[in-house]
Amino acid sequence: MAIYDRRRRTNATYLALCYMAAIFGLSWLVVILATLFWQGMQGMSLAVFTQMTPPPGADGGLLNAIVGSLIMTILGVVIGTPLGMLAGTYMAEYGRYTKLTFVVRFINDILLSAPSIIVGLFVYEIMVARMGHFSGIAGAVALAVIVVPVVVRTTEDMLLLVPGPLREAASALGLPRNLVIGKVAYRAARAGLITGVLLAIARVSGETAPLLFTALNNQFFSTNLNAPMSSLPAVIFQFALSPYKEWQQLAWAGALIITFAVLALSIVARVLGAQRTAK
Amino acid sequence: MVDVAIEADATLTSLALRRAQVLHGLKFHDNMFRRLTMGAALTVLLILGGVIASLIMGSIPAIRAFGFDFLVTQTWNPVTEKFGAMAPIYGTLVTAAIAMAIAVPIGLGVAIFLTELCPYVLRRPIGIAIELLAGIPSIIYGIWGLFVFAPFLQAHVQPGLIEAFANVPVLSALFAGPPYGIGMLTAGFILAIMVLPFVASISRDVFDTVPPVLKEAAYGVGSTTWEVVRFIVIPYTRTGVIGGVMLGLGRALGETMAVTFVIGNAHRISVSLLAPGTTISASIANEFTEAVGDLYTSALIELGLILFVMTFIILAIARYMLMRLERQAGA
Repeated sequence: MAIYDRRRRTNATYLALCYMAAIFGLSWLVVILATLFWQGMQGMSLAVFTQMTPPPGADGGLLNAIVGSLIMTILGVVIGTPLGMLAGTYMAEYGRYTKLTFVVRFINDILLSAPSIIVGLFVYEIMVARMGHFSGIAGAVALAVIVVPVVVRTTEDMLLLVPGPLREAASALGLPRNLVIGKVAYRAARAGLITGVLLAIARVSGETAPLLFTALNNQFFSTNLNAPMSSLPAVIFQFALSPYKEWQQLAWAGALIITFAVLALSIVARVLGAQRTAK
Repeated sequence: MVDVAIEADATLTSLALRRAQVLHGLKFHDNMFRRLTMGAALTVLLILGGVIASLIMGSIPAIRAFGFDFLVTQTWNPVTEKFGAMAPIYGTLVTAAIAMAIAVPIGLGVAIFLTELCPYVLRRPIGIAIELLAGIPSIIYGIWGLFVFAPFLQAHVQPGLIEAFANVPVLSALFAGPPYGIGMLTAGFILAIMVLPFVASISRDVFDTVPPVLKEAAYGVGSTTWEVVRFIVIPYTRTGVIGGVMLGLGRALGETMAVTFVIGNAHRISVSLLAPGTTISASIANEFTEAVGDLYTSALIELGLILFVMTFIILAIARYMLMRLERQAGA
């Protein structure tokens, strides 16, 4: 009986610890989101979306940063997505069992979680140092390097989910491989592929480290890809560490915008993905 | 009659010709597409090769100037151009260790909660919430750490720590000095909060791979829930859990923005965890754009190279472990 009691006690203790861990873990995250929302809403106004980043001590908005972020994110995704999709296609379709696929998968998984600041250094070396100045295009390339592994991973996973008999049926009709992939596999996996791209956008839209020394920052409105370009994360970084109240307020507002965008994208991606599995 | 026959023959051959042409076109396009996709796959390898090559090339001046001493020197003086990586390496390791010490037990607890204890209706929503939180950009954690968490620690936690351990031999050195708020301990805490959802969601996925039959058998012979977790779930998923933890560690080592805000950016090694320090990524983020002179830039790039090598090894081990679990689950 003593053993039984002891086992029950151990069980109760450890399970209580697990409950506490769950409550503890989740409550931090709730606290972070709550303060973010509270502080961000205080700084939120129409001006945030219509005015430029202000000089110290003045009122202003984040328009140039938002536009810069949008440009570089879109460009990064436009560059990175086709590359990632094609590589993922190779891994799932043409070379499913080849050595190359195995190696690429391994390397890709490492790139997926490699520190993003390293990507910044890489693009600095190959673009900024060569061109002699910081530029929006370098920022976009840095983001593209981060997009690629995300898209490769999801593309491969999603294409692997497409049932083989679908492909076999198409092949039996005499379709060559590229049409089997284009007309059958891609269509069957469409929702999943879109999910992957959305996740990639969510991933890069908050990236700061790779932009710090590629696109740098720009206090003024600029859509010139050959010049330094402002971005929300870089502005948040600069403003949050400044001693000026107005800047800090804007940093919070920017943080809220980014979080909102990232969460919205992830939720849409998730809903799309869920529809797929439900079918 | 003859004319018709010739004509039919001609259409036949032209049909066959067209057919051959079309087939040839199809084959050609297929081949092109195959090469295109293969080229893209090779590009992924090329990116990694490029990253390594550019880091090595960039750090050559620093390697020439300092050699191996770079790793064991603490000085970091841009004015005299004397650089050593020991302080950032130390800071990186200490903050990551603090983060893992907190995040791993709690993350595993959350994962056990989600797979074994949580009411079924809540599993999906809580699981999704955790995954969403794992995707929140690190700069958000950084700004929160700077404005909310660091002042809170400074006012309420750190004075208590200093006082409580003032007379304990080793701990008094670890928790010494004025409570700045920012510092290595705070950075470690922030990293822990960041890595937590990561560890939790991977562990949960890994725990889900345990075949229900095994658990049911254990329950059947009268095991308690904890015993099932301890003797069935964890041994079965050990490689996967270690892989997940290593992934989290890789993230904690390389994390930039969350740390840069709260570490204090001081290039020195302090015994006290409350003192400001620096990490590799924080040094790069803070100083790279302001670095003047080739040697300074090169030293920072060499820091990046060290970080990359460290994370590469850890991530490779992590992937290997996770792959082993996958094979086991597949078999």
